[in-house]
Amino acid sequence: MSLAATVPAVPARRWRPRFGPLWLAAPGFAFLAVFFLLPVAQLLGLSLEDPQTGALSATAYLRLLHVDVYLRVLGITFRIATLTALASLLLGYPLAYWLAQLPDRRRGRMILLVVVPFWTSYLVKTFAWMIVLGRTGLLNRVSAALGGPELDLLHNEAGVLIGMVHAMLPLAVLTMLPVMTGIDRRLGQAAGTLGAAPARSFWLVWFPLSMPGVAAAGLLTFISSLGFFIVPALLGGRHQTMLAQLVIVQIQEMLNWGFAGALAALLLVTALATCWLYDRVFGLSSLSGEPPRRRGGGRGLLRRLGLGLLGLAATASAALAEAVARIAGPGLRRRLLPGYVVLLLVFLVAPTLVVLPIAFTSSHFLEFPPPGYGTHWFEVYLSSPVWISATLRSFGVAFATALIATVIGGLGALALARARARWRGAVFAFFLAPMIVPRIVIAVGLFYLFAKLGLVATNLGLTIGHTVLALPFAFIAVAAVLKSYDWRLNQAAATLGANGLQALRLVTVPLIKGGVVAAFLFAFITSFDELTVAIFVSGGVTTTLPKQMWDDMILQLNPTLAAVSVVVFVVITAVLLGAERLRRSG
Amino acid sequence: MTDAPPRQPKLVVDGLAKSYGPVVALEPTRLDVQPGEFLTLLGPSGSGKTTLLQLIAGLVEPDAGRILIDGRDETRTPVHRRDIGLVFQHYALFPHLTVSENVGFPLRMRGCRARALAERVEAALAMVRLDHLKERFPRELSGGQQQRVALARCFVYQPSVILMDEPLGALDKKLREHMQIEIKRLHRESAATIVYVTHDQEEALALSDRICLMNHARVEQTGVPQEIYAHPRSAFAADFIGLSNIFRGRVERSAEGRPLLATPAGRFLFDGAAPGAEASLVVRPEHLTLEAEPKNGVAAPALNRVAGEVAELVYAGSETRVLIALPDGAVVTVRLAPDAALPRLGQPVTACWRPEAAVLVP
Repeated sequence: MSLAATVPAVPARRWRPRFGPLWLAAPGFAFLAVFFLLPVAQLLGLSLEDPQTGALSATAYLRLLHVDVYLRVLGITFRIATLTALASLLLGYPLAYWLAQLPDRRRGRMILLVVVPFWTSYLVKTFAWMIVLGRTGLLNRVSAALGGPELDLLHNEAGVLIGMVHAMLPLAVLTMLPVMTGIDRRLGQAAGTLGAAPARSFWLVWFPLSMPGVAAAGLLTFISSLGFFIVPALLGGRHQTMLAQLVIVQIQEMLNWGFAGALAALLLVTALATCWLYDRVFGLSSLSGEPPRRRGGGRGLLRRLGLGLLGLAATASAALAEAVARIAGPGLRRRLLPGYVVLLLVFLVAPTLVVLPIAFTSSHFLEFPPPGYGTHWFEVYLSSPVWISATLRSFGVAFATALIATVIGGLGALALARARARWRGAVFAFFLAPMIVPRIVIAVGLFYLFAKLGLVATNLGLTIGHTVLALPFAFIAVAAVLKSYDWRLNQAAATLGANGLQALRLVTVPLIKGGVVAAFLFAFITSFDELTVAIFVSGGVTTTLPKQMWDDMILQLNPTLAAVSVVVFVVITAVLLGAERLRRSG
Repeated sequence: MTDAPPRQPKLVVDGLAKSYGPVVALEPTRLDVQPGEFLTLLGPSGSGKTTLLQLIAGLVEPDAGRILIDGRDETRTPVHRRDIGLVFQHYALFPHLTVSENVGFPLRMRGCRARALAERVEAALAMVRLDHLKERFPRELSGGQQQRVALARCFVYQPSVILMDEPLGALDKKLREHMQIEIKRLHRESAATIVYVTHDQEEALALSDRICLMNHARVEQTGVPQEIYAHPRSAFAADFIGLSNIFRGRVERSAEGRPLLATPAGRFLFDGAAPGAEASLVVRPEHLTLEAEPKNGVAAPALNRVAGEVAELVYAGSETRVLIALPDGAVVTVRLAPDAALPRLGQPVTACWRPEAAVLVP
């Protein structure tokens, strides 16, 4: 501005809107503003309104504080989320460590054993655990056959924790892994030449460098667990009711919007507070794999304390490793980790596979092992108009969702890659926000909005809701390929005579094609497996596959569910393997 | 270089060998390093020099052979007990530790007491002139500063042998030359035994007491820099270190019975014994002179001559290189002093040298 004032000789040009890269994020911003920010804000507003008069009121929050049951649910929710996050980190760390040490090619293959469980439908996984943990389930059969006691693992806290950890473990591992693979292998060699035994080198060098990944994994698993309801509803008992279940009850049975809003606000504030805390300590940018910025120099008391503790751990474990090596020989240490990894991978993969024989059972009950085999339950599924229409709707909605999410998310990712550095943080945070806000909050907010717009029980409503949830996944998939994309190629294309659009079409798109298709497939899976929005938005006849499964699982377990589970598992795994292939080759 | 009585070598590499599947990374190799010596492993990439270094450090297990340090067999000693220092090409500083914590790390591993540790870290950082930056993190330093931290971290615990793996490879030319002087000073002040890996022949000539030239997974020639430069023992050695004109040919005898080498570029006299029926004649560009025109029949008959046209003039500040294209397609390089009269491009010229200035190699 001041420059223009000092150069009056230049005729003033009319202001023209410039289509900078930031505009590419505009569709995403608009979509999320209307279908994400607005409904969530509305829901929070409802929690502060008096249901009769509409005046500002804190009734809902007071009720939350004064009724025992709600405080207890709050406590249970925190307890389960914390335990789940901790167990996922502790169990997952060695697996992530093992994966990080593998040569690249082999890691690419082994990681599928984590990626497939990650994307496997929560409903399928939970259904499998019901078969495994039940009073007459697989584990109790094995226990009885071995003359062991009857195990009480279903409808109590043990059952919930097993199911929750099983659900969150892949997320924890997949979040820790990129940070771990980013650690320079030469640092370990350097520590070795400087005199550090392997155990000390691990604690003093490797472990602290892997901490940002651990923290990010802790954050994501904790937040996801907070809003979870499938596992506690199906594997827990009355004493394991979590906050999200309470929200569902308030809406579906009581239609108490104000109180549901207050509960949602509680969930949201907890999630955001956790994020804020994380950002203060580690910096949110480390979630995207960028190096964490650290405040202050090397003199912080906390840092001193941490380094001191690591020193102790190093000395202790080095002594232990030496002792073990002396007693059991050096071979044991080398077999310990692979042995553990095998056990953990069995825990991740095996329960889901239990569904397979049940689906082909000839019995009318969920017996294991099945008394005989047949395809009866697939026939039931295929001849049921309810199941078939749900299946078709799921496919259709998932397809539409994937298309929209890929376009909007892809443009957003392009904006992220090309916009000025100071805008990047905002774009990144905005597009990922639907992942941080508990799904139940988004779903209830959308339900309220859609009720007014007449979108409840419509395919359009479902598609919009699913797009909000799928957007972050599509965005990340495209952003990942763009991160390694060399934009000088576009400059080269420009010097060779291509305009911006031509360069995009002829150079950029062909090179990032793999990432775009992967984005589509990830968005597809997200929608295909989505339950939370479907519970509220798909009513009566317009049900989706997960919604139909959920209803059946609550009412009456039957082998048809196993057949449907197999269908869902096969569809998702096939799409997923396709996406992984493309992501790698792209 | 000195006439001191033979001492026990600091480091002996005795028949070390390493293969990765069918690929031979290092043929059986023998190498002695004297206490306080600066030995450079020089060679192109894939010559086995880094493999040899990693074997000495213990980062890679040898297929055969032994490593002796001060006469002790250390072949099977794990890395962290080997008392070796290794300076990495990309520094490998611990990013979560400050400069002084990085430098103190090896002392901590050796159970050094806090007070002594602080003093020695201080001294090491003073030695590389970084004592004012000790509370910084590595990423807050420039490349040259990071490399000096890496050097301090290595010198601080006075390991028996210090290995350096292309430590200046990531720096730009000016800084690299500055750091060469720094490393030379550190070596002199600490009297450390250093094995240095580089592919840069100028760096090797500038730093080393001795150079071990490697090619195709084996040692090509070992010697003091002047010896390797003046008396290369192979065409590879002549070509890799400094500029060389190399003529390949058959050994014959002149009419007077003097040995000479018959090459496509001409027949050249040489001094000394021929290494075989076929040989290569190596002439350094500074030993060639230009004969603008023959001096009326009084041209010294003892000179070797090649005639051709000036193909290119390369100005390099302190000298000018004249590239002469010979009729057989070969190119001969002549080095001229900056004040010498320059020929024109395309001008027919004759380059000549005294037979004793050339070296015959197999």
